[in-house]
Amino acid sequence: MAEAVKSITRWDRIAASRQFKDLMATKRIFIVPAFIFFVVYYFALPVLVGYAPAFLSTKVIGNVNIAYLFALSQFFVAWIIAGLYVKAANDFDRLSKDIIEKGDGQGGN
Amino acid sequence: MSTSLVMFMVFIVVTLGITYWASKRSAGSSAYFAAGRQIKAWQNGVAVAGDYMSAASFLGIAGLIAFFGYDGFMYSVGWLVAYLTVLLVVAEPLRNAGKYTMADVLAYRLKARPVRAMASLSTLTVSTFYMIAQMVGAGTLVALLLKDSGIKFPAAVIGVGVLMIIYVVFGGMLATTWVQIIKAILLIAGTILLSILVLAHYGFSLGAFFDAIGHVTYRDAKGQEVVKDFLTPGLQYRPPYGALNLISLGIALIFGTAGLPHILVRFYTVPDAKTARHSVVWAMVLIGSFYIMTTFLGFGAATIVGQDFIKKNGGTNMSAPLLAQALAGNVFFAFISAIAFATILAVVAGLTISASTSFAHDFWTNVVHKGVERAPGEEVRVARVAAFVVGFVAMGIAILLGPTANVAFLVALAFAVAASANLPVIVLSIFWRRFNTTGAVLGLAVGLLASIGLILVSPSIMGIDPPTVVGAARHAIQAKPWFPLDNPAIVSVPLGFLAAILGTLLTKEPEAEAKFNELLVRSNTGLGAEKAVAH
Repeated sequence: MAEAVKSITRWDRIAASRQFKDLMATKRIFIVPAFIFFVVYYFALPVLVGYAPAFLSTKVIGNVNIAYLFALSQFFVAWIIAGLYVKAANDFDRLSKDIIEKGDGQGGN
Repeated sequence: MSTSLVMFMVFIVVTLGITYWASKRSAGSSAYFAAGRQIKAWQNGVAVAGDYMSAASFLGIAGLIAFFGYDGFMYSVGWLVAYLTVLLVVAEPLRNAGKYTMADVLAYRLKARPVRAMASLSTLTVSTFYMIAQMVGAGTLVALLLKDSGIKFPAAVIGVGVLMIIYVVFGGMLATTWVQIIKAILLIAGTILLSILVLAHYGFSLGAFFDAIGHVTYRDAKGQEVVKDFLTPGLQYRPPYGALNLISLGIALIFGTAGLPHILVRFYTVPDAKTARHSVVWAMVLIGSFYIMTTFLGFGAATIVGQDFIKKNGGTNMSAPLLAQALAGNVFFAFISAIAFATILAVVAGLTISASTSFAHDFWTNVVHKGVERAPGEEVRVARVAAFVVGFVAMGIAILLGPTANVAFLVALAFAVAASANLPVIVLSIFWRRFNTTGAVLGLAVGLLASIGLILVSPSIMGIDPPTVVGAARHAIQAKPWFPLDNPAIVSVPLGFLAAILGTLLTKEPEAEAKFNELLVRSNTGLGAEKAVAH
């Protein structure tokens, strides 16, 4: 029982620390907007295909229409978001490393 | 056609060799279930791609584009973008806080037994439906490709089933991983070759290629010759429900992928969350490149082979192999067919190992025996037996359903269950302090029942056919469908979330809230995460 109480306080202490709050804030600043952006950008495709097929059928270059280009752009947007995330995540790793080093130093599990 | 047989044999011999090699390195739970957590980022990325790009991707999408043009390409888009949910939301927390299965993360701060029992049920449901679809596909394909050698549907299903059981039972996660890596490399190579051949057919002019897509000639249902622009949306999804169907499909794909047990378990095979992250990016590069190239496979089949010919020679699923035959003859046809076979084997092996791991780790050890492994190695032994059972059940059902069964809805079902049952509870468990056991059990149960129930009353199962339609093409229930959409996700995903939230709000579980900080710190920092096993 004493063990349980001890371990609870340890995690709670880390969760309440300045460093951990910084980590969570740094993550949130990237992940929340990135998630909302990709969901909106993705669902724009089935919504437009479903409700505005005539507009999407407008030809742009030769026989290539907006529908195909928009679908193709989804791949590149997904890759760009993934790339940006990996870049941003280097900061998450740096912040996590400090917390882990400090956390491990406190021993126990 | 015996060239096909030779190529199948080469693949089988190589993969069995790998299984033998892996079997000597699969001692212990962590080695068997998670390949010792030693898989490198690029290897896991390629394996995720190999685990994910199923027969539905390679044969199915090529066929859908060949017959429905642009609308088929919509699947390609959703199947890649879905990985952003995996990358941004689930991969790293899962690796940081779990051990072998998705339920590890759920059970962290909730009552282990009810949560694991439900999660295991949902995992087995998703994996089994998905596996049956793959096996019927494999049986049809192999029987068709090897029809001159006298191999029939049941024999083909048994062949695939026995191979996947051998990979999983003897080689564990390590063998499964390498089978998936080899398959992914073969699949990408074959797809690049086919794409180049399609372009070469049009004198390497994208303009000429897209012009040809603008005038695809085929005979419609009444036998009349029609010319259509296949790049225009609406060949498959038409009013009144086309738009809702597309959105519902999108929801199932975007939120279902991050709840597919056989994809999630792959993230336990790498040393840490950073490697898991990099492996998702590797997978996205491969999967995205592949799906962009389905443009050439699908539209190539539509313009060069034509759906009239495909219909008479094995149907939609044969579009890609027939395209290979039209462009480069029988040897290339055999090569592409062997790749399709390898594709199915790698996916069913991944499904089998995730199902048997969940049964052994979640149900046997943690539900039945309350988290105590009674003898060393018991969990692995149980998993091996479970792999046998899962494999035989899937073989049996696939043979019973027969080669002409409509299996597309089984894949839709797998994604819908994953999106409606698994994803809501994973997300809420990681992000919502108040979330508790009642919420998780209710969310899993309602998500599971809602998606299965809605599919049973959807146009996939219910419909009124004229008497001329016979056999497997007839709807199972001859009545007007109660639910108008093929994919239930647009209703069942919100229901899954709603049930999980309501269940939580109706009960109080201070223990679960108290342990939230631990899960929060662990899943976000990797403190105390499972380490790689040194050799």
